[in-house]
Amino acid sequence: MNARDEVLGRIREAIGESEELPIERTYHKAGARQAEAADLLELLTARLIDYKATVLRCADSDQAIAAAVTGVLSAGSVTRLVVPVGLPEAWLAAEHRQPDDPPLTLGILDRAEGVLTGSAVAIAETGTIVLDASPSCGRRVITLVPDLHIVVVRAGDVVPTVPDGVARLDPSRPLTFISGPSATSDIELNRVEGVHGPRQLVVILAG
Amino acid sequence: MKVALFVTCLADVLYPRVAQSTVAVLERVGCTVTFPADQTCCGQMHTNTGYQRDAGALIRHHVEVFERALDGGADAIVAPSGSCVGSVRHQHAMVARNLGDEALAQRADLVAQRTFELSQLLVDELNLTDVGAYFPHRVTYHPTCHSLRLLRVGDAPYALLRAVAGIELVELPSADQCCGFGGTFSVKNADTSSAMLADKITAVSDTRAEVVTAGDASCLMHIGGGLSRIRAGARTLHLAQILASTRAHPTELIDEPERATR
Amino acid sequence: MSTFIGMPAARGTGDLQGDRPFPQAAHDALADQQLRRNLGYATATIRTKRAQVVAEVEDWEQLREAGRQIKAHVMARLPELLEQLEEQVTARGGTVHWARDSTEANRIVADLVKATGSDEVIKVKSMATQEIGLNEYLAAQGIAAFETDLAELIVQLGHDKPSHILVPAIHKNRTEIRDIFLAEMAGVRPDLTDEPAELAEAARMHLRAKFLTAKVAISGANFAIADTGTLGVVESEGNGRMCLTLPDTLITVMGIEKVLPTWRDLEVFLQLLPRSSTGERMNPYTSTWSGVTPGDGPSTFHLVLLDNGRTSALADEVGRAALHCIRCSACLNVCPVYERTGGHAYGSVYPGPIGAVLSPLLTGMTGGHDAPNDSLPYASSLCGACFDACPVKIDIPAMLVRLRTEHVDLAGPKTAEARSMKAMRWMMSSPRRFALAGRLSRLGRFAVRRGKPIVPLPPPLNGWTQSRDVPVPQGQTFRDWWLDNHGDAR
Repeated sequence: MNARDEVLGRIREAIGESEELPIERTYHKAGARQAEAADLLELLTARLIDYKATVLRCADSDQAIAAAVTGVLSAGSVTRLVVPVGLPEAWLAAEHRQPDDPPLTLGILDRAEGVLTGSAVAIAETGTIVLDASPSCGRRVITLVPDLHIVVVRAGDVVPTVPDGVARLDPSRPLTFISGPSATSDIELNRVEGVHGPRQLVVILAG
Repeated sequence: MKVALFVTCLADVLYPRVAQSTVAVLERVGCTVTFPADQTCCGQMHTNTGYQRDAGALIRHHVEVFERALDGGADAIVAPSGSCVGSVRHQHAMVARNLGDEALAQRADLVAQRTFELSQLLVDELNLTDVGAYFPHRVTYHPTCHSLRLLRVGDAPYALLRAVAGIELVELPSADQCCGFGGTFSVKNADTSSAMLADKITAVSDTRAEVVTAGDASCLMHIGGGLSRIRAGARTLHLAQILASTRAHPTELIDEPERATR
Repeated sequence: MSTFIGMPAARGTGDLQGDRPFPQAAHDALADQQLRRNLGYATATIRTKRAQVVAEVEDWEQLREAGRQIKAHVMARLPELLEQLEEQVTARGGTVHWARDSTEANRIVADLVKATGSDEVIKVKSMATQEIGLNEYLAAQGIAAFETDLAELIVQLGHDKPSHILVPAIHKNRTEIRDIFLAEMAGVRPDLTDEPAELAEAARMHLRAKFLTAKVAISGANFAIADTGTLGVVESEGNGRMCLTLPDTLITVMGIEKVLPTWRDLEVFLQLLPRSSTGERMNPYTSTWSGVTPGDGPSTFHLVLLDNGRTSALADEVGRAALHCIRCSACLNVCPVYERTGGHAYGSVYPGPIGAVLSPLLTGMTGGHDAPNDSLPYASSLCGACFDACPVKIDIPAMLVRLRTEHVDLAGPKTAEARSMKAMRWMMSSPRRFALAGRLSRLGRFAVRRGKPIVPLPPPLNGWTQSRDVPVPQGQTFRDWWLDNHGDAR
């Protein structure tokens, strides 16, 4: 008998007839928490800062986002940012762009000054930003190898809770949930920021 | 209220004063106490050590004895032990079912529903916190694991202690940590148990309390054995002994086991 | 009594058992003062953090209950869910393999690596690959496996063994970690201090080139969603993202119990897991993927579904719930036994309370007195802290008691302990004999002097007196006092 059939056979022998046991979801489900938009953005900001992300607030317009990005560039003396193919034109001038088209090599990404992307969803309660490999988020590798990640979160994409966030996502896409910069708790169980992922996470919160 | 005393084998044989104090407190607050003399042991040690078949015989006996007490008019069964009540509430029916005896399991469930740990009976069932006790000493309380996590007695023992006249109640650091007793664990894993006990003894000593109290004679036997071995200043007294203490008949600060040997 | 021994043929193999019983191993661990301090500090830190972030969640108990129910649901429908998972992963470009035990899983993985032509792999921390001893097997096949998780790296460089599910190097403090890096890490700066940020930086430098050039990665999985074929890895450092994204080939080894029915179920576990494990509202990175995505990440994906004793645990109606474990480590961090002995004393890669039930469930027990995994169910004072902390409400104390019963049944009625337990039962099941025994115990006082027995007690009873005095019965038993004072014994 092959391993597949044998393992499935052992399981069937162990549990007997399969049965559909109930799952009662009495926790706060998606949509259960309603919050004022302003409070939601406040909470998200506080959570992000708590996990050592830098947060810049601006109005929810392309011009305001562009101004915020320019501010980050000049503050960090950064001249060029890797951008995914679908990043809105208005967010960054062409001379500062290093488009991932054709796909950039690992060597180029490793030497890049930083990356600028959009995001799919942000979860206020946990300070989590989700990238979904859509045109404005890009391939997973571009937000991983560069040491600086600037991510734009639009107010309309901010949800209160984890169930709200999960409900909005498409699992058939590769997803990356990001909560602060790379960190570790492996030394004496204290959190230290900055290991393999981007060590700097700058969130431009538009709205 | 008519209360049947489930004395527990440990209090019966080793700590009779704990049981006498339990009777004194219950009678003082107006309960009529009976003692079903056929009782022996709830079987917890057998159950927890893996001897469920042997435990089964003891559980059957316990259920029969206290069923008769309930049939004879007792409103509740009370024991001065969170651990033994925990076994009655959470293990008796389970063991009976493991042994394939559903009828016994159901009878055990009925007995369990009417069985209470002393502080629970006083606070939750009788709505009492002040039982007229007087105990002018510095005291710290160790919430034993089974009272804390199996029975969820919660604040009841603290409420009773806070109402004792003259008492100076001090908080025990890392109070929720196990003292390391665990029945046969203390013998089978003596080294680990001793390490846990050492930390509990340090915590007790740090409070500079004269007395460490708890709702379980077994854990107190363990802690007291450790305190006695290092000749620490603190003594162990069961919660019932503090609650039994009055101005007219104060409980003395003497550990029972040591009296004969010193 | 119902049987709870699985089919013998399905026992787990690999690094699931130590070479000596727990009390012996614990004895040595307890003597290591540095270890005691390191563990005491680390577990106290994480307990506080966990308590804070759990208290923030007002529906925590409801989430725990939902987590428990989802896992129970999974176990009751496991064959269908695994078939669905296989179908979905395959439809999205992945290849699914099945492994009966550690040997088969190791061979599958090694063959897959060899087929790529690579002689090295990078690894994301994974309990499943620890369990099957994959690194050692690959080494024997000429394939070098590089652990990329910081704690795994510390363990690997230190030629050590993991002692914790989440933080395998929890037994090392920062200075010891610095010393390991200085001694073992090629190219490390000689003036490395023991600042955690500097140590993390050193790990970054050490692994960077490896990440950028590796062709094959091996991971575990925290969950797999049956109806979408989605796998997920929950991590902190970004080493997981590196492994899951950069190489051409990704091989994931996952226990069959990790499957979840629907994408939505993730909303429960993404709340329970981070808060219970690292004490964070959310871990820095969670990656999910479904098969392969052209142009984004590995072009080849293999999923190895591992039994290795799980079906044996599944056959135990009570023990089955041990398979609900999401490997958060909360039970280790609150366990007073684990805190003092550390993880190595448990022998198995699964230490602590969950390990004390899971390891013997996976390997089975022998009934022997000195069999390492037979000793694990007794390595607990049954204090219940693990049950309270478990995010999926695994009743570990009840399971320990159940396994003790199984061990006693296997050991048979002839052991000295069984005889003495039977004698106690005989004495205690008769009120007359019990009363007499109580009276006779009064004579025992003459055998004790200043809390110590006059005649040394034989093992294991001498364990009690090594650090505690023996109580001596005083005066009458209670029942005799009652007879004298209350007359009527009704």
